[in-house]
Amino acid sequence: MWLWFHKLASPPYAYAVAGKLRPWLLWPAIALLLVGTYAALFVVPPDYQQKDSARIMYVHVPAGAWSQGIYMAMAVAAAVGLIWRMKLAHALAASLAPIGMWITVVALITGAVWGKPMWGTWWAWGDARILFTTLTLFLYLGYMALRASFDDVQRADRVSAVLAIVGSVNVPVVKYSVDWWDGLHQSASVLKIGKPSIDSSMLWPMYVMLFAFILFIAAVVCDRLRAEILRRERNANWLAAATR
Amino acid sequence: MSAPNATDATRSLSALTVTVLERELRLALRRWDQIMQPLMFFVIVTLLFPLATTADLNELRRMGSGVVWVAAMLASLLSLESLFRPDVEDGTLEQWVLCGQPLAWILLVKSVAHWLLAGLPLVVVSPLMAAGFAIPNDVLPLMMATLAIGTGILAIVGAIGAALTVSVRRGNVLVALLVLPLQVPVLIFGAHIVNLSIDGLSINAPLYLLSAMLLAGMCLGPFAMAAAVRISVES
Repeated sequence: MWLWFHKLASPPYAYAVAGKLRPWLLWPAIALLLVGTYAALFVVPPDYQQKDSARIMYVHVPAGAWSQGIYMAMAVAAAVGLIWRMKLAHALAASLAPIGMWITVVALITGAVWGKPMWGTWWAWGDARILFTTLTLFLYLGYMALRASFDDVQRADRVSAVLAIVGSVNVPVVKYSVDWWDGLHQSASVLKIGKPSIDSSMLWPMYVMLFAFILFIAAVVCDRLRAEILRRERNANWLAAATR
Repeated sequence: MSAPNATDATRSLSALTVTVLERELRLALRRWDQIMQPLMFFVIVTLLFPLATTADLNELRRMGSGVVWVAAMLASLLSLESLFRPDVEDGTLEQWVLCGQPLAWILLVKSVAHWLLAGLPLVVVSPLMAAGFAIPNDVLPLMMATLAIGTGILAIVGAIGAALTVSVRRGNVLVALLVLPLQVPVLIFGAHIVNLSIDGLSINAPLYLLSAMLLAGMCLGPFAMAAAVRISVES
């Protein structure tokens, strides 16, 4: 039953799988991004309070959600690598960090652009979610900085894994920050227990965009993972055989 | 041959605690300058803020506790560089890993010793700095108490960062990058408690949260430190 899991842990197999998977992730992602963007711009009715500027949420919300989701995936991959000494899990964690960082940047920038007309400010110091999302950005940066400061890949893997796990305490705080503290952000309206409080005509493009974002992220991670495997296995025999 | 019973284990653990604590304190007291330097840094940084902003005591009172907290955070970073480095160089850390006693416990004791040497002095000096910012006398005990809890968390998070970077040469900037984001919640709650108290508002929620963070840190932090130390030592 666990055979597929063990097979996936072997670099040549994972390299091949990631390569085969990539187009199946990338093209649906692009198609869904187009559908979601069209729906967000033309199909969805304007928000009764925020008018057309609310449409930016179809980029802002998926970016914000996946910035945390990628961090969690990274921490889990790091933990798997640390506990079962699985090198490929470490490689996966390493490939998740840069895209996670950029998605967090997207969430922060779209948030600022949305905040300026709606809240009258680019940035609010009192808002817990802005603050903790920024901390997530610095956790990604710290993780990559720590990784870069070791020459030995294996030590970099294991030390940065501990940091990724320690930093994961931030994730639930970001998720519940809007419910715990009164800031400028509204309370959870899409991803919460029970029925979403957002209107269903606005909801389905959100699901499309959430799904499109994760497919796109997965496609990018496939590329990064392949590059990471190439870098780690550059002296391996299978690579010479595969590229001959 | 009889198996070691529970009381033996407890006795040896308490003996270990005393040994480690004694060693840490004795080593530190022989190097007075290493305790004094972060303290002087704390005082100087705090003095810079009124010079750079305003001499108006009403405005200073608002920012006083925040300045003291930021200065305490920065000062606590200074001592992290020398937290594990000497122990790695003379082989003590390796012996701790190999000695068969729970490494997480030894590191917790070491963190407590670190707090006594790097955190407690800041707490003791802080009323002096608070007076410079015209913070009312009746909130000083509260400020010292929150600073004591806060520097405890700073010591534990800092020790995790120091354990992670112990094998990185010149890792002191890196340690700041790793540790500061994780310490931000401590700063937020800690610094706000004093202002809430000056305004006569309830301080229970942030105080409880801060205490909860300290307890969680003391329970889970040592295991992260132990994992990081093991990785640094064994390869």
